[in-house]
Order: sequence, then C-alpha cells, then structure tokens
Amino acid sequence: MALDMFYDILSWCLIGLGCFFVLIGALGVLKLPEFWSRLHAASVVESAGMILLISGLCIQSGLSLITVKLILLIVFLFLTGPTATHAVASAALVSGMKPKSDLKEPQDNL
Amino acid sequence: MLLIAAIVLIISMILVLLRLYFGPTLYDRVLASNVFGTQTVLFIGVVGFLSGRPDFLDIALLYALINFVGTIAVLKFFRYRSIGDIPVHNQESE
Repeated sequence: MALDMFYDILSWCLIGLGCFFVLIGALGVLKLPEFWSRLHAASVVESAGMILLISGLCIQSGLSLITVKLILLIVFLFLTGPTATHAVASAALVSGMKPKSDLKEPQDNL
Repeated sequence: MLLIAAIVLIISMILVLLRLYFGPTLYDRVLASNVFGTQTVLFIGVVGFLSGRPDFLDIALLYALINFVGTIAVLKFFRYRSIGDIPVHNQESE
C-alpha cells in the first residue's frame, strides 16, 4: 500500500517536472531574442521535458506492453530530437546566418 | 493531474505556434514546427492515458518518426532545392 503511494507520488513528480520543462522551453522559444538562443530552448523541450514526462507515464502504467512502447518512444525521440536540432542549426549556418554577439570580438584586434 | 499536464501542454503548444507564426527567418519556423511535433507526441500520449486508452501510443510513435523525416526532408529541400537525388552539375559548377 505504501509502495503504491510512493510510486504514485514519484510519477506525479516526474510528470509535473516534465510539464514545467516543456512550458519553460516553449516560453524560451517564444521570448528569446535570436535564432541561436532559441535552439537551446528547443533542446530543453526535446530532451529534458520529453524524458521526464514519458518516465512519469511509464511509472503510471505499471509493467506491461504499454511500458515497452513508452520506452521505445523515449529511445526514438532521444535519437531523433537532437539530430533534427543539429540539422536545423547546420542548415542555418550553411545558409549564412551568423550568431550575433554583444561583445566586441577580440580576435580581430589581436 | 493528467488533465493539468494536458492543459499545460496545450498552452506551450500555443506559445510555440505563435513563434511559428511570427518567426522572422525560415529556420525559426522549421525549429518551431519541430518542437511542435515533439509536443504533439507528448500530448497524444497524455491524452491516451487521460481517456483510458493507451493504444494511442502507436499513433504517437508513428507521429514521432514522421515528424523527424519531415523536418529532415524540408531542410534538405531548402538546401538543395530538390527532395530526390542531389543534382550533380550544381556542385560542379561551383
């Protein structure tokens, strides 16, 4: 009985944390000033939020075929999410976008 | 609790959609649509648990794969202006 309650609390904590990270990432994608900083916020949604939320669903579902599907979903998203983000960044860099910096570049002066 | 998770996911999907609408460059929009796809996968999973039918996870798996392939295809089209074979003469002329 106590173990069931522990699993419940653990899964709700994981789902809540996952929702928090997804919301933070979405806010970052909307509010950050530049493309290269938005990439970081997108990665938060695709790694941290995704893994925490699906892990919470895993504990919620008990041990069955559904858990296998959820773990498969984690593996797929964990492989494809950073790959897609890297592809977007690489394509933007090839097309000529350069990250702007507030600092004056010291390399030119040396 | 699952209902709160679904509502939070819907709110963050709307935020990302706003970035997709206002995005100044093309790559902002590709990035936003990629994040939107990931959030849709999570939303399908949560709604499957919420409605007591976790069979929705098959759809979520399929959506994850299609989202990845679609993003890569769109980026390849932006870079080479064709989805099939890369035209060789363009690279030789450069």
